[in-house]
Amino acid sequence: MPQRSEIKRMLNQVFEAILPILAVPVALIIGALILLLLRANPGVAFTALVQGAVGSTFSVTQTLVKATPLLLVGLGITIAFRGGVINIGGEGQIIVGALSATALALSFSQWPGAILLPLCLLVGTLSGALWGAVPGVLKARLGVNEILSTIMMNAIALQLSNYLLRGPMIDPAEIEAGTRIAQSALLPRQAWLPRLVPQTLLHAGSILALVMAVLVYIFLWRTTIGYRIRAVGLNAQAARYAGIPVPVYQALAITLGGAFAGLAGAVEVMGVQRRMLEGLSGGYGFSGIVAALFGNLHPLGTIPASVLFGGLLVGADKMQRAVQVPSAFVDTLMGLIVLFVVSSRIWAVRRARRRETYE
Amino acid sequence: MSTQVLGLDGRLPTGQMRIEEMRMVGIVKRFPGVLANDHVDFDVRAGEIHALLGENGAGKTTLMRQLYGLYRPDAGKILINGVEQHFNSPQDAIRAGIGMIHQHFMLVPSLTVVENVALGLKSSRGILLDLDRVEKRVRELSEQYGLKVDPKAYVWQLAVGEQQRVEILKALYRGAALLILDEPTAVLTPQEVEDLFRTLRQMARDGHALIFISHKLHEVLAISDRVTVLRDGRVVGTRPTHETNKSELAQMMVGRPVILQYERPPAQLGEVRLAIENLVVGGDRGHDAVRNVSLEVHAGEIVGLAGVSGNGQRELAEALAGLRPVKSGRILLCGKDITHEPPGARIALGQSYIPEERLRDGTIKQFSVADNLILEDHHKPPFSRKIFLDFNAIREISERLVREYNVKTPSVDTPVKNLSGGNIQKLILARELSRRPKVLIASQPTRGVDIGATEYIHQRLLEQRQAGTAILLISEDLDEIRALSDRIAVIYEGEIVGIVDGPSATAEQLGLMMAGVREGGQHHLEKIRL
Repeated sequence: MPQRSEIKRMLNQVFEAILPILAVPVALIIGALILLLLRANPGVAFTALVQGAVGSTFSVTQTLVKATPLLLVGLGITIAFRGGVINIGGEGQIIVGALSATALALSFSQWPGAILLPLCLLVGTLSGALWGAVPGVLKARLGVNEILSTIMMNAIALQLSNYLLRGPMIDPAEIEAGTRIAQSALLPRQAWLPRLVPQTLLHAGSILALVMAVLVYIFLWRTTIGYRIRAVGLNAQAARYAGIPVPVYQALAITLGGAFAGLAGAVEVMGVQRRMLEGLSGGYGFSGIVAALFGNLHPLGTIPASVLFGGLLVGADKMQRAVQVPSAFVDTLMGLIVLFVVSSRIWAVRRARRRETYE
Repeated sequence: MSTQVLGLDGRLPTGQMRIEEMRMVGIVKRFPGVLANDHVDFDVRAGEIHALLGENGAGKTTLMRQLYGLYRPDAGKILINGVEQHFNSPQDAIRAGIGMIHQHFMLVPSLTVVENVALGLKSSRGILLDLDRVEKRVRELSEQYGLKVDPKAYVWQLAVGEQQRVEILKALYRGAALLILDEPTAVLTPQEVEDLFRTLRQMARDGHALIFISHKLHEVLAISDRVTVLRDGRVVGTRPTHETNKSELAQMMVGRPVILQYERPPAQLGEVRLAIENLVVGGDRGHDAVRNVSLEVHAGEIVGLAGVSGNGQRELAEALAGLRPVKSGRILLCGKDITHEPPGARIALGQSYIPEERLRDGTIKQFSVADNLILEDHHKPPFSRKIFLDFNAIREISERLVREYNVKTPSVDTPVKNLSGGNIQKLILARELSRRPKVLIASQPTRGVDIGATEYIHQRLLEQRQAGTAILLISEDLDEIRALSDRIAVIYEGEIVGIVDGPSATAEQLGLMMAGVREGGQHHLEKIRL
């Protein structure tokens, strides 16, 4: 009797551990059904998806290029979530980070790269932090819901960008040519992040993001500030009891979240586009949330999660071309994967809890 | 159906068939990693009160949940009047004549007593309620068993003791011939306990079979005919109550001799460390939960705050900890006005607080034992240097504290949620006492904690008193208050009804005060001092 129940218990635990992994193929099967409804060949579509993501050196570097802002935003989201606050303001924070880095680089285009490049990254980070601090302070002081206020801050950042890119910051060449495309001038060369592989877009920002992931891990788990943020996020009541000023650390968590999104914006400008343009944030502010959740809100887990979603983004382009499905299908597929993985994880946790409850 | 003849035709006065004998034979119940019941034999007969005694986690509640159909035994049999029963749900058990009064009441506050009793029953009038009939029956039953309660009152208007009576009425109405009472006295004043015991005796006389679950020895001795002691899921023994005594039962429960009376040298009073002046604190429902309370605690003394649950103790404790705003009045900690200071300032001044809700307020359950031990002092050496946590120091000190305070845990990295209540409490005690506090506020420090751990916690509190800490002990357990306190303040509806000398206070005197009866004559309010 004891033997049998022990074995059963082990089997249960194994099952619960692999559930989230099993969820991905299930999501893909449903994706395949949708493809069939769209009269596309799922085999061809998925082959194109995989090839697009990792089929060549170029596609691998493209995957990593897309993964970089996802990772940076995801790190910020991780800090905020660990502190028990939800930052939906990634988009706005990316935009102000990119705008300020661009403005700085264009204003001081004579400065040497050794100063200008790190300064641009820093200013991008700080302005993202500022964009996060506003909802943070509003929450701490007045109890304003941070989900609402971060979304509002997105709208403000977007309109600010629209104004600047059409007015004060527009590329003088665009006015001359009369095309008036809403984008800034090209950044001075010394403010470009170096490319890692010739003929590709892979840039040093990816390495920076990896370093940041390790730093965030150290910050959250090895420092007193990280300890406090996690304490506040897990049990605000107990944190308050222990003398931790809860609102301050909640505000700090959103501010740091904003800082990483701002850095992502600066990196995207300096590494990929080399100029500020409309739509630069590219939805990373939202996909970064998904990457962070997928990475189990762990800085190191967010690394593979970002690569996975980066790969999906890149592969989706190729798939779209291969089987002529609407681009919305890719979003659907990503949504399905997230939905299945997240809910299977919740299911596994509940199952485990039910098994172990007694008395 | 005859309701006149007392039991002669095998029926109770309520009309229900008697349960002449209920036997549980060789019950085994296993949970992952725990053998909760290990071949337990237990029986109860009509007309008898059989106490089931044991520490938390001994398997009492598990055993009774099997009898009530909430769990199915892995092995063993349940026999009623010699016939084997298979209960798949509480409905089956209720149909067989078994009723259970849970620790947490299962009543709907917005309904009346009668509506609660009728809830879930088939009405004789189809989809229409027949509340008049239910009410009539409720009145009969409450008359018969001295269960005083207004059938038309809303449950939210009732005191806890009255709510318990409604639960008993519900069970009787459903025809319970065998009633299981799970720690029924935990929420009652001593006077209410007396009333409950009268009711239980009357029920036993009428031929009901009663199972009384408790870990309070004196109650078991006062009410039961037989006592069965469980320890670690096994039956240690069954004794006729009149042939046993407190120390034998305590030893059976714990497995070793237990100190029931503490050595308490006279208090060496120092300066006033905690002074509460005319404190008014709001409650959750907008009323004043603490009303004009004044109290002083000196270095080297334990002041007990006694009272029935819900009379403002929780709000007072939270105000003292800085977790609840103060409306008016002052709190002085070591002479400094901290009335409106945040918790951190109080901690820095040397106040420690053992909160009533240890999982909600006192610990972060996902954090490890070590991380919880540094909750208040993580930002100071030796736990951290600058902003970096010093893991070696944290581990070393945590391991020492876990050893010193007897916290049973696989390691200091184990999440606190995997520890038992008693061990979590010892962990909090270790954290709060190792800071060498000047003032300690201990709120229900041993609630839900087993005898062994309770004894340990009490000893530690007394040690702390000897070391010169000013201790405010807030407890609903009168025995605890009396065993430890130098002075006892009684709180009723947010007011201090009186303060009496600890060692000479009697349970009756305190019980009356807990029910709101002020002390007569010369000692009115906080006039007397040691």
